Amino acid sequence: MNLTLKIWRQKDASSKGQMVDYKVTEISEHMSFLEMMDVLNEQLVNSGEEPVAFDHDCREGICGMCSMYINGEAHGPDRGVTTCQLHMRMFKDGDTITIEPFRAAAFPVLKDLVVDRSSFDRIQHAGGYISVNTSGNTQDANSIPISKHAADEAMDAATCIGCGACVATCKNSSAMLFVGAKVSQYALLPQGQVEAADRVRNMVAQMDLEGFGNCTNTGACEVECPKGISLDNIARMNRELMKASI
Amino acid sequence: MALDSKVPKGPIKDKWTDYKNHIELVNPANKRNIDVIVVGTGLAGGSASATLAELGYNVKAFAYQDSPRRAHSIAAQGGINAAKNYQGDGDSTYRLFYDTVKGGDYRSREANVYRLAEVSANIIDQCVAQGVPFARDYGGLLDNRSFGGVLVSRTFYAKGQTGQQLLLGAYSAMNRQIARGKIEMFNRHEMLDVVVVDGKARGIIARNLITGEIERHSAHAVVIASGGYGNVYFLSTNAMGSNVTAGWKIHKKGAHFANPCYTQIHPTCIPRSGDYQSKLTLMSESLRNDGRIWVPKKMEDVLAIREGKKKPTDLSEEERDYYLERRYPAFGNLVPRDVASRAAKERCDAGFGVNATGEAVYLDFKSAITRYGTEQAKIQNIENPSDAKIYELGQAIVEAKYGNLFQMYEKIVDQDPYKTPMMIYPAVHYTMGGVWVDYNLMTTIPGCYCIGEANFSDHGANRLGASALMQGLADGYFVLPYTIGDYLSNDIRTGKISTDSPEFEAAEKEVTERINFFVNNKGTKSVDYFHKKLGKVMWDKAGMSRNAKGLKEAMAEIKAIREEFWKEVSVPGGANELNPELEKAGRVADFLELGELFAKDALVREESCGGHFREESAEEDGPQKGEAKRNDKDFAYVAAWEYKGEPADAVLHKEELEFNDIELKQRSYK
Repeated sequence: MNLTLKIWRQKDASSKGQMVDYKVTEISEHMSFLEMMDVLNEQLVNSGEEPVAFDHDCREGICGMCSMYINGEAHGPDRGVTTCQLHMRMFKDGDTITIEPFRAAAFPVLKDLVVDRSSFDRIQHAGGYISVNTSGNTQDANSIPISKHAADEAMDAATCIGCGACVATCKNSSAMLFVGAKVSQYALLPQGQVEAADRVRNMVAQMDLEGFGNCTNTGACEVECPKGISLDNIARMNRELMKASI
Repeated sequence: MALDSKVPKGPIKDKWTDYKNHIELVNPANKRNIDVIVVGTGLAGGSASATLAELGYNVKAFAYQDSPRRAHSIAAQGGINAAKNYQGDGDSTYRLFYDTVKGGDYRSREANVYRLAEVSANIIDQCVAQGVPFARDYGGLLDNRSFGGVLVSRTFYAKGQTGQQLLLGAYSAMNRQIARGKIEMFNRHEMLDVVVVDGKARGIIARNLITGEIERHSAHAVVIASGGYGNVYFLSTNAMGSNVTAGWKIHKKGAHFANPCYTQIHPTCIPRSGDYQSKLTLMSESLRNDGRIWVPKKMEDVLAIREGKKKPTDLSEEERDYYLERRYPAFGNLVPRDVASRAAKERCDAGFGVNATGEAVYLDFKSAITRYGTEQAKIQNIENPSDAKIYELGQAIVEAKYGNLFQMYEKIVDQDPYKTPMMIYPAVHYTMGGVWVDYNLMTTIPGCYCIGEANFSDHGANRLGASALMQGLADGYFVLPYTIGDYLSNDIRTGKISTDSPEFEAAEKEVTERINFFVNNKGTKSVDYFHKKLGKVMWDKAGMSRNAKGLKEAMAEIKAIREEFWKEVSVPGGANELNPELEKAGRVADFLELGELFAKDALVREESCGGHFREESAEEDGPQKGEAKRNDKDFAYVAAWEYKGEPADAVLHKEELEFNDIELKQRSYK
């Protein structure tokens, strides 16, 4: 198929950017979206132009590096996938596709489609861990039985890949789904109880400091999350925060 | 220089404990004055950074990704082995040790593997304490599954995302130390050289990938944890950025590179679909617990399927060739990866491949879905369940176990694997070879260590499933933090290492000149053009089966590609900005050198062992006909290559392998 691409180009963090039009031809429907971008970039390199910079690494939907805002949706029109897992069969010959970086005050653009998500890391530094040293003398793993239900729910929360689609999608640029997932993982497990109150207070404080917005319960984040992280995690985080403040 | 593996004396089961008891320690106050650089933040580098920082060292950690959490360990799916014997099926430290040495086709170092098996149980305890949500059964205890090449269930898992959960565990341990200021994290930085001062590794040159700035970083020791080099094939299951650069740079400064030809071609990957393909996707080996691998028995069915006149589900049991179960009745679908891959290639080479390219076999879950469904019907007291009901119940169980993998397959291939068998084919996945290290995990450069997939030590010529995560975390959490202290105990009076020395100056100059060359070259061909060309030579001539003629051709062809690369490569953009093409150019330049050494190593090793199959060395008759033929008399050694300029001029050093606790015999899975 032949496509027109409208892509955000921006030289660096301090320059102004703009949308630029490109054409690509003979795109196979079996290609992934990023393979289509590879075709464009090969074309640009061969004509001596600078290729479009975009973040990507594992290309199997787990590292959380890829981050495109495609036709007004984080990770594009498919559900339950990252940009790297989106396939061209979702598009039609002759389509015009708009490709922007994830947009949020807390995710400044570094170049073209590459954004800085280090604010997510700083939230994790504030409390995204259990304080246990690597002594090799921790108790036997089976001495802490955990109900299958709790373990499965903790796992569901822990599958968050930290891509930031929730933030890019939210009209308030809220990071509550991301923070809620991490808080929930530990809140659901006995190992996380000791530091639960400090953890939620510190992580939420850092989230506010980074300039993420608030949650107004529209649920867009849950819809666009490539890993299906549920809104329940936000509710659980709020409950944990309430618990920590009384 | 003779290679000294520094394996401690004494009985194998006491070596590590005795060694730890007598090793030099650094007192806590002195640790505060010692800096350690860790390159790479996957399971090995992440766990090492966290543990070294907990101990009190000042750690500087480097990752080319935007966060340590994105290292490619995250993509490991199936699980992690540990000799816990929670299933009471006869597992033990010895048995894990034995399985790993046998699985590696007797080409690994006994003492290292025994230590790995010994600390494996601690890893599970540590990860659970960190809050890693491993799968559990209804009694609340940890669940296990089976992997290839073993007869016990010792694999712990978190759905099909075990690597992700373990890496997030290590990342959380790092976060705690980053918050304390004990780890200084350098995201989006790439190491471009090691700096050796007075014969010791004392720092690195790194490029800030955002600004392009070239930085000097000093330390008392340097740890390389940069993963494997499977991307030398261009197409592999590795991440797009996975590269050999850190390992290759230390090789060029004096670290021997061991067994580069030992590559794991993983049997269950999604087949390639076209020339535009940028990477291959793995379907976890855990699927072989429940999936059965087959091709049609009759050629007419193969052709009918390819033409779309028949569907795989139309074929009756009698019309299917479950070739692994047929050839290897004892291990069946759970033979080790090298064996399963070669068997798939054998069937496809014979013309029985089931897709348009002729390079695919089926992985079928119907039997498992029916078996689980019948069991569930009993548990739920459903009398006379219909076939549809059984299928529905069984599908729910399979979904709970492998749901994310099935979803991934469906998104890529656009077929529903609950309804029709998956199509799979082998792909490059893991490299057992890597930088040579001694028992302390130190390379032949004093003060330079190498851990995880980047080193060569524990998997011999073939790695068993669920052992990579085990090795990465064992090295980082439990081995390196001890052994590095022995070396650093001599450095307590050294003080801060200056970055103003001529050695730093020279290394920085070399790095800068190379970068300037790339951006000024203005050639005619893209970096990918050369990378794809290299990959094709590697796959055709140094892939799943190799012979002397092909390997000699590969060496010559790779050299020619390299020469063309240095003339014709085109890198748009500048040096002082975010420039992904420039990053790729540096990595491909190193792959073009490694590839030739790889072929040379494969040429010299005139035997078949593990993932290295030489067509000249196969069993000619008897029950093992066609299977790999090892030659212990001449090749029971580690090939450690010393850099001498051109890869073809590398000098071979042999570390003879001694087997005192395991009898060397033919590896049979029949």
